[in-house]
Amino acid sequence: MTEQPDAAGTNLLQLDRNLGDFHYDVKYAYDAGTGLSEQTVDYICDAKGDPEWLREFRKRALAIFLREPLPTHWASKQLEEIDFSQIRYYLAHGQRAGRTWEEVPDEVKRTFERLGVPEQERKFLAGVEAQFDSEAAYSNMKDALRDQGVIFVGSTEGLHKHPEIFRKWFGKVIPPGDNKFAALNSAVFSGGSFIYVPPGLKVSHPLQAYFRINAESFGQFERTLIIADEGSEVTYMEGCTAPRFDSATLHSAVVELVALPGAKIQYITVQNWSPNVFNLVTKRGMAMENAEIRWIDCNIGSRLTMKYPAVILRGRKARGEVLSIALANNGQHQDTGAKMIHLADETTSNIVAKSISIGAGRSSYRGQVTIPRHLKGCKNNTECDALLINTTSRTDTYPAITLRGNQSAVQHEASVSKISAEQVFYMQQRGLPESEAMSLSVNGFINDLVREFPMEYSVELKRLIDLEMEGSVG
Amino acid sequence: MSLQICDLHARIVERPILRGISLEIRAGETHAIMGPNGSGKSTLAKVLSGHPDYEVTQGSVSLDGVPLLDREPDERARMGLFLAFQYPCEIPGVSIANFLRAAAQARLPEGESLSVTEFYQKLYHEMDALGMQRQFSSRSLNAGFSGGEKKRAEVLQLAMLRPRYGILDETDSGLDIDALKVVANGVNRLRGPEVGFLIITHYQRLLDYITPDFVHVMVAGRIVQSGGPELALELERRGYGSLEERYGSPNLSPLAETGV
Repeated sequence: MTEQPDAAGTNLLQLDRNLGDFHYDVKYAYDAGTGLSEQTVDYICDAKGDPEWLREFRKRALAIFLREPLPTHWASKQLEEIDFSQIRYYLAHGQRAGRTWEEVPDEVKRTFERLGVPEQERKFLAGVEAQFDSEAAYSNMKDALRDQGVIFVGSTEGLHKHPEIFRKWFGKVIPPGDNKFAALNSAVFSGGSFIYVPPGLKVSHPLQAYFRINAESFGQFERTLIIADEGSEVTYMEGCTAPRFDSATLHSAVVELVALPGAKIQYITVQNWSPNVFNLVTKRGMAMENAEIRWIDCNIGSRLTMKYPAVILRGRKARGEVLSIALANNGQHQDTGAKMIHLADETTSNIVAKSISIGAGRSSYRGQVTIPRHLKGCKNNTECDALLINTTSRTDTYPAITLRGNQSAVQHEASVSKISAEQVFYMQQRGLPESEAMSLSVNGFINDLVREFPMEYSVELKRLIDLEMEGSVG
Repeated sequence: MSLQICDLHARIVERPILRGISLEIRAGETHAIMGPNGSGKSTLAKVLSGHPDYEVTQGSVSLDGVPLLDREPDERARMGLFLAFQYPCEIPGVSIANFLRAAAQARLPEGESLSVTEFYQKLYHEMDALGMQRQFSSRSLNAGFSGGEKKRAEVLQLAMLRPRYGILDETDSGLDIDALKVVANGVNRLRGPEVGFLIITHYQRLLDYITPDFVHVMVAGRIVQSGGPELALELERRGYGSLEERYGSPNLSPLAETGV
């Protein structure tokens, strides 16, 4: 049987926006208050017991953040709506992340149970980290992996316990000066994952992190660093939700990946933010000789997402791939894309981006592919397809491909389509109501990308898209 | 039990196409409608199934006594009306199996869910009976299909959805003889006292394989002649020319058609 077996009935990701739309009143032991200054940074350093080098790193980053203007190119005016003085930068329980769910504070545990995280862990994951506002509430991994030398901990624990690996790569792929929001993250980051996979080890099941925003006017600034040593393989998945608050919430993560020679890293994101989250994330990986980095990225929800996962192809024959799905509904702008920076011979990159705009939703694709003159045998393939559901929907494509010299090859295809009335009629004639016909077409449009997600995610993705499609017809 | 069409008039934009069709297809009967190009045969199929481009200006249609024309196309389908399209649409990324699953699920009462195992048993049973390779069902519906493959997919859907009344709109056009036999075989398997068929065709050829109980000739939006299977053979010999001369042709001006 070539069809995927049915996994209906399991609700692993709880991607339903309404299911994620709840929050509990939580007493925080640490609260840095609203606004951002040197004192905020000191408060965070003290609360986390940061070493001195990190305090200095944070302060340098803060200076960059305060100095740099908001980005003007590639950016929308909406960024000006963020009031940095009204955001709460650090909220924590002051408790170490539990290794068992029993150790997790009750209201936090209830949250993750409602989101189905412990259930997923039992079913198919090799390890889970669950972050609640600023800090991880739970972090655990299968004993077998720990015995083999895999490290999967929060960023704070990583820098305290494994400084020799952490410091070597931290801030090297994305330096604080990369952009204003990377600087902001560098100044106030908390939470996120630190992963190290020893040489030659192939981790067969995914490691997962779940990022949950619980507090209003909160900024979540997790920082993830993944290092796959020579010839190793790892898949990391992250899921994100937040309740629907009246005021805007900021999520500004930095994710750095390092794939050493021959290693493979696959990083899967399914985000389902509520519609007033500003999601401004910098994600970049460095692939050494023969290494491979794949970003599989699904952006649903948020008010504005700006995210362009990148791969720096540093070693010969390195491979980079970005597969991205974006869905923009009313009042949302998904500004997503990919960057491929070729720095060695025979490096190859592939970008497939599909976007769906519903109602007055807007999706933009921005790509940057750079292949310098002196390189030989490099290849890039870029495909971006946009689907518009309503006449008010909008899409834009801004590909920037810079190919110098004539020893490499690039290929670019873009399409914009609508679901035709004839298609809908055909499906209706088979008994499907109009809204179901639309959902099915949309699912068909992204089907080849959804296949790349682990099955537990792809089933949920389809369900989520059905939910987003409700009320988009008529 | 019948699909009853009474004095049906319909137009597209301002142009009248159907000008008073009356026809009753009882369960168990197979009717063929023949006629020259532009006589309104395909329009009849689309109007019955509720295509939004057409406007019914007069008349009524009922399916087993239930009025049809105020229903949405998907409701009509779930009431048991099936149209095999002349030009089936491509649905990229949706496999035949998943599409049929969605269609079968849509027929279940609210809250009930389809048994996947039973669905695939039934699907493979039907595909075996129609002589289709199983991997055909995992291809995207009609996407990049040849003409023959599209018609096979229509016949498979017909077999899976088991309508009360099936309409075949020029399903034979552009088919080679093998594909034609698959289509005919698909229809003949389903014929029985519970099911009615309306076969729309320009040529007699398909009727060599599906013997109709009644044959009607449509010219300029009206049924001008009805008879048994022998009428099809006669038309094949004589052509539509004399009938068009007598009953009007679609080439006349719209004003002439409305009789103004």
